[in-house]
Amino acid sequence: MTAPTKGSGMTWVGRAIRRLEDPALVRGHGRFTADLPAAHWVRFVRSPVAAGTITSLNPPKGATLVTARDLTGVKPITPMLHKFNYKPIGQPILADGVVRFVGEAIAAAIAPSEEEAEDIVEQTELRIEESTPIVDARAALASGAAELHKAVPGNVIVEGKVKTADFDKVWNSAAKRVVADIRSRRQNATPMEARAAHAAYDVTSDRVTLTCTTQMPHLCRTAIADVLGFPESDLRVVAPDVGGGFGQKMSLAPEYVLLVWLARKHRSSFAWTEDRRENLIAGFHSRDQYIRLEGAFDANARLVALDANVLANVGAYSCYPTTCGVEPLMAMAEMPGPYDVRQYSCWSRGVVTNTCPMAPYRGVSRPTITFTIERLMDKAAAAFGIDPVEIRRRNLIDKFPYTSATGLVFDEASYKETLEIAVREIDVPAFRKRQNDARAKGRYLGIGFSTFSERTGYGSPAFAARGMEITPGWETVHVTVDPSGFIEARIGSSPHGQGLRTTLAQIIADELGVPPTMIKVVHGDTDRAPYGFGTFASRSLVISGGATLIAARKVRAKLIKMASHLLEAAADDIILEDGSAKVDGTDRAITIPKLARESYTQTHKFKGEIEPGVSESGTYDPAGTFSNACHVAVVEVDVETGHVRVEKFLAAEDAGRIINPMIADGQVHGGIAQGIGNALLEEIVYDDNGGILTANLADYMPPTAREVPEIELHHIETLTSASILKAKGVGEGGTIGAPAAIVNAINDALAPFGVQIDEMPATPQRIRAALRAREKAA
Amino acid sequence: MTAKAPLTLHINGRDHAISVEPRRTLVDAIREDCGQTGTHIGCEHGICGACTILVDGEPVRSCLMFAQQAAGKKIRTVEGLADGDTLHPMQQAFMDHHGLQCGFCTPGFLMLAVGVLEREPDISDEDLLDVLASNLCRCTGYQGIIKAVRAAAKEMRKAPQTSK
Repeated sequence: MTAPTKGSGMTWVGRAIRRLEDPALVRGHGRFTADLPAAHWVRFVRSPVAAGTITSLNPPKGATLVTARDLTGVKPITPMLHKFNYKPIGQPILADGVVRFVGEAIAAAIAPSEEEAEDIVEQTELRIEESTPIVDARAALASGAAELHKAVPGNVIVEGKVKTADFDKVWNSAAKRVVADIRSRRQNATPMEARAAHAAYDVTSDRVTLTCTTQMPHLCRTAIADVLGFPESDLRVVAPDVGGGFGQKMSLAPEYVLLVWLARKHRSSFAWTEDRRENLIAGFHSRDQYIRLEGAFDANARLVALDANVLANVGAYSCYPTTCGVEPLMAMAEMPGPYDVRQYSCWSRGVVTNTCPMAPYRGVSRPTITFTIERLMDKAAAAFGIDPVEIRRRNLIDKFPYTSATGLVFDEASYKETLEIAVREIDVPAFRKRQNDARAKGRYLGIGFSTFSERTGYGSPAFAARGMEITPGWETVHVTVDPSGFIEARIGSSPHGQGLRTTLAQIIADELGVPPTMIKVVHGDTDRAPYGFGTFASRSLVISGGATLIAARKVRAKLIKMASHLLEAAADDIILEDGSAKVDGTDRAITIPKLARESYTQTHKFKGEIEPGVSESGTYDPAGTFSNACHVAVVEVDVETGHVRVEKFLAAEDAGRIINPMIADGQVHGGIAQGIGNALLEEIVYDDNGGILTANLADYMPPTAREVPEIELHHIETLTSASILKAKGVGEGGTIGAPAAIVNAINDALAPFGVQIDEMPATPQRIRAALRAREKAA
Repeated sequence: MTAKAPLTLHINGRDHAISVEPRRTLVDAIREDCGQTGTHIGCEHGICGACTILVDGEPVRSCLMFAQQAAGKKIRTVEGLADGDTLHPMQQAFMDHHGLQCGFCTPGFLMLAVGVLEREPDISDEDLLDVLASNLCRCTGYQGIIKAVRAAAKEMRKAPQTSK
């Protein structure tokens, strides 16, 4: 790692330096939860049926089985929302008499090894009196449908409505109305490391250390202490290396609570490693929605009003801490996306069903609502006989700040610019010619666009607006120069692949004039890191990065003040560079390690005017910022088989200031790959009885290197005033935009057949079914 | 539970004398009985490839093999790739080209790619893509992995690695 050239104005921020995380990981020296040894292993007896009452449960002779009856005084997990007619429901740690979804944990088998625990599970006799399950969201609303929870009449657990004042007037006078009726199927975030937990009791301190795959260690600690009713200080939560999360590891797993309960009760260590089947059936799902969106346009194809009806299947329980309101309510707030539309009406509901609980998954709602409005835009373009690009040009917002119909404030961004870059770089005229030539030969190519915004880096006001009992938002960072001169930044965010140890070190390096290798970022340990909310919602670089900048600036000011004392120079004349504090234009200097050492061990030199030590704290709680992008997909559809090949994928994106271009590109690449999987391959399928047909990775199919084409990226950096780093979030955009671009491209390819695909994933079966239906009709 | 039987696993040039049940998978034995946790378990049904190791030079899914089946065979895992402080060109290339994010699938991809390139140093880009499509990564979108493996292939052709 070479230092920026002195005096060149070059900074660490903006450079694609290699990640500080990588050397251990490529050597196989990462430390993941499942790597820890334990005295006892836990496997769960899980419900094989979607709905029913447990009538008997008999473990094999001599086996240890923990059931709800053993958990005296343990409260259910009951997340809370104080708005939107939310009905609080509790999820018991182990099913308490009633089972509500396939995979629900009923009992825990304990044994000295995982295999022996599994043997107990297999030999346990379980009888359940089955009742008729509700699997589909629409079935949950049917009159006379059984109710899953007494507290949720009609199965509607959350409901939001919004309507602007002049909606009816504008709606009725519109020139044309266009409908998109879409279905997004159920998906699973599928981190390569499934969930795992290890709880160990320490007799000396009477504390438990829970090592687990979590994206929010502090909230995990708060929640478990609440549910089990003991002082939070007696629990340490450690998120070691975590093998991806994508939202799934944000929500509290009841299994983790049980592990802590066991460790406390038996004063020993207990471990559970989720297997892939458990992860796919019980590890939180997402995206299962019906949306009907109707747009009203004026004669110039300008969108003047939008009417949305959102129905989200939230599963059997509500996830902690966000609650199951997260998907339907975000859909309501952000449906208009990047389009300038003043009149808006929305009715959004979340309904409970006998399926795995839903939780945030990368993009949260926006992959679905972007898919919806982008399908609407393409349909509207067709209805007006104009190009899909042209209808977007006419409707994208371009004056900032822009306050949306739902009251969201959009900071400066580049919606139109990214669209134009995408159109230019993909060379639409050349594609259209190729498309025509191919059609003549019976090959069907299509191009699809998706323009979208991605609300990122939002602090507590945004979460408070949703009425959340747990209102995340701020982050605190402590930056310390220790007596050896090395720098440690302790952060409340909890990265698990995002490279924050590197990017935050780059930010600090610029402030303090030291190389990033001098800086260690500490995270994922509630004993070492300050309270914080973790890593999710494309927030960490913006919020933890902002807090890092604030803390680093305070450290910088202190180092300069100390140096001005010791070097007898005015503070304004001191510069920090190359690892030293220097009097500008002279050869007088003191190294930062020496300066730091003196702040601890030679404090008398500062004559009582400067506090000992170099340790500063920064907290940041921003309103939020909108990233944006335009995605373009080029696909070929085999009309005989329904197979879709993604030939090319291009994204022109704007995430504000880029701290490390290599890492930012990686986030976009990974997001787009998930979006391609979401668009074409990934689907959790339930049968009518609530059984899951896709409980392995051959049936639930994340994309491989063969399904993801080479991705071309173009960047614009709009230096927003909404973020002190001028950076915007970049974690979710890829997944938000890609499904719409892919499915729009499929529809473009199939235009000669007059079929419409409005469902994701757009599987070969669905494409063939649409083509067959058309053939029959013709 | 069935009776444990003695077994010696030869991993990265070292013998591990262990005793395991016949049903113990190779990956569990490597991780839990031999303490080599660099090899990860992603699915336990042979799809994701996170547990890929080299057995007598061939990439295998160690979740689909019983430990007893590896008796007398030469096993290489991610821990054996680097030569002291010097990383294997494949490890270096993964760092240089952002071929990893969370790092969970990385050991499997490294062993898969090293195994195939040692066997077939001049593999075409297209065939290499087919090989890489046998493992799953959820973070990188494969862009960095493909670049890294292609770059490492060039390096490995310059200075062929000898298997340990």
